[in-house]
Amino acid sequence: MSAAEIIELSAAGAARKIVAGELSSEELFDAYRTRAAADELNCFTWVAPERPAGVNGDASAPLAGLPLAVKDLFCTEGVPSQSGSRILQGYEPPYTATAVRRLRAAGASLLGKTNQDEFAMGSSNENSAYGPVLNPWDRTRVPGGSSGGSAAAVAAGLAPWALGTDTGGSIRQPAALCGIVGMKPTYGSVSRYGMIAFASSLDQAGPLTRDVTDAALLLRHMVGRRDPCDATSLEFPQTIELPSAERLDGIRLGVPAELTGGAVGMGAAGDGMGIEGEGIEAGVLDSFRAALDRAAQLGAEIVESVGLPHAPHALSAYYVLAPAEASSNLARFDGVRYGLRSIDPTHPEDLLEMYERTRHDGFGAEVKRRIMLGTYALSAGYYDAYYGRAQRVRTKIAEDFASAFADVDFIVTPTAPTVAFELGAKTSDPLAMYLNDYCTVPMSLAGIPAISIPCGLSDGLPVGLQIAGAAFSENRLLDAAYALELALGFDGSAARV
Amino acid sequence: MRGVIDREEVLHVARLARLKLREEEIEPLARELSAILDHVSHIGELDLEGVAPTTHVVEVTGALRADEPCESLSREVALAQAPAVSGNGFSVPSPQA
Repeated sequence: MSAAEIIELSAAGAARKIVAGELSSEELFDAYRTRAAADELNCFTWVAPERPAGVNGDASAPLAGLPLAVKDLFCTEGVPSQSGSRILQGYEPPYTATAVRRLRAAGASLLGKTNQDEFAMGSSNENSAYGPVLNPWDRTRVPGGSSGGSAAAVAAGLAPWALGTDTGGSIRQPAALCGIVGMKPTYGSVSRYGMIAFASSLDQAGPLTRDVTDAALLLRHMVGRRDPCDATSLEFPQTIELPSAERLDGIRLGVPAELTGGAVGMGAAGDGMGIEGEGIEAGVLDSFRAALDRAAQLGAEIVESVGLPHAPHALSAYYVLAPAEASSNLARFDGVRYGLRSIDPTHPEDLLEMYERTRHDGFGAEVKRRIMLGTYALSAGYYDAYYGRAQRVRTKIAEDFASAFADVDFIVTPTAPTVAFELGAKTSDPLAMYLNDYCTVPMSLAGIPAISIPCGLSDGLPVGLQIAGAAFSENRLLDAAYALELALGFDGSAARV
Repeated sequence: MRGVIDREEVLHVARLARLKLREEEIEPLARELSAILDHVSHIGELDLEGVAPTTHVVEVTGALRADEPCESLSREVALAQAPAVSGNGFSVPSPQA
């Protein structure tokens, strides 16, 4: 096969060709390695210098040597793992994250490490110490974040698929902005061991892929038994099946007005988001409505009466809880055991000065902002007003979803309020940047699975549809997403570079 | 509850967070943090009387493993990424300085 033909295969499609003997895993790896090494989008912070010894044409391994791009924050032994931060420049961990080890054991080969917002804090990939990633649909625009390198690499055909992590939308939002599939599984279903932590009660690994079948295939080999190295990991109750549904008969899709701006009722764009006049872009809503029409044609029942009354407060709760956890998690970066150390030449023997300088020089502006915010929210006198209240809001949000799922099978929303925006458009306004997560944060707080699939284009840029289900409903969720994907027939080939 | 944070408070929190700030970083941080806190303060308007806090969304019990000796990183590997090493340990400036 020619390299051009190879690149057009999905990951599952490439695996089938390898099993059938029509493609070798060496050819496949080399085709992608060549492309990744020539990356002009700044997707990669490291590309495998050569084909790893593990790629030996062993078609019996379920993932058949398929190359895998891995978000930088997953620890990979002997390979730079910098989490997009200057404080970890050149850091090579002594061990490999469980999710990566499991995928390797299933036959995946590490193709490269992908660029990301520093410590996964961001929605545009502009917070990386290693420069922004460019969106392959339009290089003047952001790919979303924080898993922006993973999303752009998959969309551009520089990797067949990729691992990402999602704390408040960091898989789903870049998947939406790059026109690919991204899934955040149920919290606890994938081990967090070896993921450089941002907010431990929210962080979850998941797949970024070209289609829903690939997402199911990759996720299948990430979940499994409890990991003794992650006390919050859970044994996944089923095997992840490859999806096959072509209809949505009997499926009830809930469209909560709080997260859709009253999309079904044809409300004007901008209505319904409640907070500071920000709304969902008209083009995004048009595409979302068209997807709902297709779902109805497949037999789904669109339920508008479902509400998530506390969802408008999810973003506020999230921007207390996540920074609070981050301020604690990032205390480990102190210049002692690994990473950067900055010394004041005039006070070389001052330990406190060393800590403070190291953290000043090593962290970028957004990370500092969140450490400050989290430290403030946890400090004496403010704990109950911010952290304590945010945890109670979290309870209400989880209850909202529980009542919704008593009535509907899934909740559907646009994944992000806008299509990919221009580089620099929101960097000077942290709150405007945070609003990118408006539709994805509620699911993160509730710990439930959600998938983003491309549902169309608005002004030539992809729009994502988010489908969320109850905890551990991944198989049903993937089936519904697959049926919709078939019906929508989104073509992402224009992004291939 | 209205979140406004001034220069003194920024410096206090930065000290707690072990973050050095340059003079020109202080005012912008005070402004940005105030804007964010003002926004998140909306959760103060909700009636949350009697609502239990959620620290963790999934119920995990019995997560402790058996306490059995097993292999750990060798000293050499553990020290390999350290910015400064002295003998068998991490070298740091004196805490007494």
